[in-house]
Amino acid sequence: MSDQSYTPNSKFGKWFNDRLPLLTLSKHLQDYPTPKNLNYWWTFGGILTFCLIAQIVTGLILAMHYVAHADMAFASVEHIMRNVNYGWLIRYVHANGASMFFLAVYIHIFRSLYYGSYKSPREIIWILGMIIYLLMMMAAFMGYVLPWGQMSFWGATVITNLFSAIPIVGESITTWLWGGYSVGNPTLTRFFSLHYLIPFLILGLVVLHIWALHVPGNNNPIGIELKKPSKDTVPFHPYIVIKDLFALLIFLIIFAFFVFYSPNILGHADNYIEANPMVTPAHIVPEWYLLPFYAILRSVPDKLFGVIAMFSSLIVLVALPWLDTSKVRSAIFRPLYKQFYWFLVADVIILGYMGAMPAEGTYLLIARVATTYYFIHFLIILPVLGYKEKTIDVPLSIAEPVLGGSVDPSLTKSKTKKI
Amino acid sequence: MKNILNFFLLLIIFLSNTLISHAAENSKKLLNPDWGFKGFFGTFDKASLQRGYQVYTEVCSACHSIKYLNYRNLGEPGGPEFSKEQVKIIASQFEVTDGPNSDGDMFTRPARPSDNFVSPYANKQAAIAANGGAYPPDMSVLVKARSGGADYVYSLLVGYEDPPTEINLDDGVYYNKYMPGNKIKMANPLSDGLVEYVDGTEATTNQMAIDVVTFLAWTAEPHMEARHKMGFKAILYLIILTILVYFGMKKVWSRIETEV
Repeated sequence: MSDQSYTPNSKFGKWFNDRLPLLTLSKHLQDYPTPKNLNYWWTFGGILTFCLIAQIVTGLILAMHYVAHADMAFASVEHIMRNVNYGWLIRYVHANGASMFFLAVYIHIFRSLYYGSYKSPREIIWILGMIIYLLMMMAAFMGYVLPWGQMSFWGATVITNLFSAIPIVGESITTWLWGGYSVGNPTLTRFFSLHYLIPFLILGLVVLHIWALHVPGNNNPIGIELKKPSKDTVPFHPYIVIKDLFALLIFLIIFAFFVFYSPNILGHADNYIEANPMVTPAHIVPEWYLLPFYAILRSVPDKLFGVIAMFSSLIVLVALPWLDTSKVRSAIFRPLYKQFYWFLVADVIILGYMGAMPAEGTYLLIARVATTYYFIHFLIILPVLGYKEKTIDVPLSIAEPVLGGSVDPSLTKSKTKKI
Repeated sequence: MKNILNFFLLLIIFLSNTLISHAAENSKKLLNPDWGFKGFFGTFDKASLQRGYQVYTEVCSACHSIKYLNYRNLGEPGGPEFSKEQVKIIASQFEVTDGPNSDGDMFTRPARPSDNFVSPYANKQAAIAANGGAYPPDMSVLVKARSGGADYVYSLLVGYEDPPTEINLDDGVYYNKYMPGNKIKMANPLSDGLVEYVDGTEATTNQMAIDVVTFLAWTAEPHMEARHKMGFKAILYLIILTILVYFGMKKVWSRIETEV
């Protein structure tokens, strides 16, 4: 990195920086050379950072008023909604914030898939991202339990029951998780405690995620290695800062629309009914962002293998940098991969839809086909494609894609602009 | 840029369709009266809220509680907006148990505006026992707790009819075309002229249903008006800021030969 030798101007600055090089860090963040051709799909990293901070801040305030007790949790949420000043705003931002967080993270992940950002030398960034994603799902699931509505209670029952599928020790593990023989007050209090912990774990991992990113630098739509700094890069500040801000503001407009005008549309009506262990809701469905995994879980007839399939669907993602054998990163230069990529997007959306439907008849059949395809994509198509696919020649630099190779200039230009 | 917006739009449409279609399954298409409280500038009709409160107290409150509502809420902005004096009088008509006093005894006193709405039954078990095994749900968030929301509750209230001949109903079970499964343990609660409105409005079944559902929608979301108003300001502010930042961004990036 070119900015290692930075010396502050002021005497105090120099004294401080010699002892704790915060100013060097700040200089590095300002100057960080970023590819100048990044499109708007690259703004979701900043948006996600905002989402995390927003969740932590609103969550802190909610925790001041929330009571983690099976008899009082539901009432305390209503207390927040009715009697706490702007409590309704804080809670709706937090609840919809979770959905917006997942919306952003899915775009972030699929951007990475399209442009091959997970490939060498960025495998660690990708794996850290996957751990963050897993922790996000845990945090979101536990957070959904806290209002102690019907979906909270039954969602918690279904998910924790998954562990009982483990042979021999399954039952004991489930009892241990519950802190009793069914989901109850001990379950709620420990979920609250963990729900408070996980965001800070995520925050730490985000720091590592960004640190790991700053070693090789950003991937870019063309997917080539760049000389940094060069005429292909711009300093992070002000160029990327203002662009990320612009994208964040557009994201916030959509966010605000949900919070102020349909705050409950992404939730389930049953969660406004207080938890009742005696009454099972007609359909137990998780939040929308967990539906694809729920569909995979239910598409396997055997409980143990269903759980294995669900966790495998995440593990194949972690192994992705080694499953994708193609040396070319960006889908722009991979005509076949590009098609399979969109098949995968459609497949995941179909899985999500099937996760919301009852697991029977045609729905179940479609879910099974989609589950199978999901694994075929990662375990068969991607490894084979790397050898079989005839890729388009990659340009040598962003500034001069024409000179770099035999690429038709309109190809890269129009694609990067459009996507 | 356009593509991103299109993508978001599609996603929102997809998500809302999924949820709505999922929510609407196994029930008839709900009636959809022209609620004044929906939409960007939706506000509650104060007169309707006051009438709705009357229907609730004279009809529903015989079985249904609204335990998370306080009497003071009736006088707050965005609600029925009864005057302070009226709220005091309304509250004082109910008896609450308080205590223990200095002798260690519980006592009853007239309710104050700061008290929660008094429930018709001492506890859930008493409510179930008095209603033939069916629990009359608390109405505090009832409108939010049913898929279809206000439309569903309204449809249910006007959806009672004689059962088709092939369906046999047990005693205490009624036929309602909007209830999932069509069987409901609540008898048709409304009939023309059941209440005598203070403001002289004719108390048809439909009018009472509209009023009480409006009241219940407010009960479930007492800050809805404030939310709509703030949302308008927030989004307007964000749009203006976005436009300013957009031009700022264009200016900054004009130093580079790349489009943003």
